[in-house]
Amino acid sequence: MEQSVKIKNLSVTLGGSFKALVDINLDLPVGKTIGFIGPSGAGKTTLIRSIVGSINITKGEVLVFNESAGSSSLRSKVSYMTQELSVYPDLTVKENLKYFITMANTPKKDRMSSLVEVLKLVDMTSKSDILVSSLSGGEKQRVSLAVALIGSPKLMVLDEPTVGLDPVLREKLWQLFFKLNERGSTLIVTSHSMDEASRCDDLVLIRDGKLISHSTPEELLKRTGSSSVEESFLKLVEHKE
Amino acid sequence: MSLVRTFATSKRVLSQLRHDKRTLALIFIVPPVLLTILKYVFSKEAKLFDDIAPMLLGIFPMIVMFLITSVVTLRERSSGTLNRLMTMPISKSDFIFGYAIAFSLLGLVQALISGGVMLGLLNVTVLGGTAHTLIVAVLAAFLGTALGLFTSAFAKSEFQAVQFLPAFLFPQLLVCGLFIARVEMAKLLQWFADIMPLTYSVDAMKQVTIAHNWTATLTSDLIVVGSFAIAALILGAATIRRREN
Repeated sequence: MEQSVKIKNLSVTLGGSFKALVDINLDLPVGKTIGFIGPSGAGKTTLIRSIVGSINITKGEVLVFNESAGSSSLRSKVSYMTQELSVYPDLTVKENLKYFITMANTPKKDRMSSLVEVLKLVDMTSKSDILVSSLSGGEKQRVSLAVALIGSPKLMVLDEPTVGLDPVLREKLWQLFFKLNERGSTLIVTSHSMDEASRCDDLVLIRDGKLISHSTPEELLKRTGSSSVEESFLKLVEHKE
Repeated sequence: MSLVRTFATSKRVLSQLRHDKRTLALIFIVPPVLLTILKYVFSKEAKLFDDIAPMLLGIFPMIVMFLITSVVTLRERSSGTLNRLMTMPISKSDFIFGYAIAFSLLGLVQALISGGVMLGLLNVTVLGGTAHTLIVAVLAAFLGTALGLFTSAFAKSEFQAVQFLPAFLFPQLLVCGLFIARVEMAKLLQWFADIMPLTYSVDAMKQVTIAHNWTATLTSDLIVVGSFAIAALILGAATIRRREN
């Protein structure tokens, strides 16, 4: 089976001593939504930054579509939505998107259609002329998400894309993720909310920088004899200790 | 490096400022107001004002662009936008030169306004003429932008970034020959002045004031200013990391 991400013996030490990730081995599928679930401080962000290639890894290897993570040929295939907003508050929604569309090397003739498309995907068309700073928190987040969608990258890495969103919007986003999967994109989504985990096709549970489980949500529940991901998580942690 | 991405970055930076009308107003209005005040401060020493005003025209763009660039790039580093850009196909030089072009243009407009007020309303004579004055002012703005881009890498907060102005530029300002001719300073300070870029930017403005023609000193001054700016930009690009520790 083709794989989007292959991680071998990955360890990341931050600030010289803090072991953010310890000996992670992980193979991720293509065209699925993969959830990285764990409490805050577990190492989710460090793991996705290793995949995006925006962090120096201490040991091991991270391959994305069989190329070393962060290599220049991957920059148009992988998009990254950070936890910070990472859009310009003093520009309008449209100005932000236009800029990032150009930065993503979109050919001139496709720039307009790309703008229309991503605006529609995150349901922000009617607010495209508003300054990002005047938007609500959830709307800002959608603008940031829109940037990650530009050019339909093969892999989209989204750090906490649904945090702080109302349930209706959250539902819409999950529908969007599945739509993107159907188009062939792979999504990595982090969340510290266990109840969102069951929506993912593939679940990676992390705690204290260690991988504690990787399977589909169904397998996880069956294996641990639990009725919820939260319960499984607790059982797995208990079992280890 | 790509021109499309560089110009798109300049355009983006200028659009950000366009939405911030108050900052724009401050950039354009404060220097001519200060010049006007100064004129009346020196109301009994008109000759002194005529000497100082053009030099200030070379200093204002540098200070203002230094400040704005430091804060804006620091914001870009801390808000995650730079991080995001670095995961995209953009090259560091697109980013750096995009900023340099945007702020040099802004410096040009600032110099046009201050220069217009100085030459037109405050009756200062600059023998070298308007074009030469503007060239020196734009280069000063370019230098300020480049130094701001570079030093902002060492600031962890906007408070620190703002403090870099007195830390980096004020010492240069003290010894650049604005307050007293450089030959009259202590030897050590003369050496210090000799290796500081602002000295050359101010000296260039002096040349424009006293000479009708484009002088060899003016050329060498501007080469020094330009080289400092390019070096700061290259160092600034080196401080941008695609991978962090």
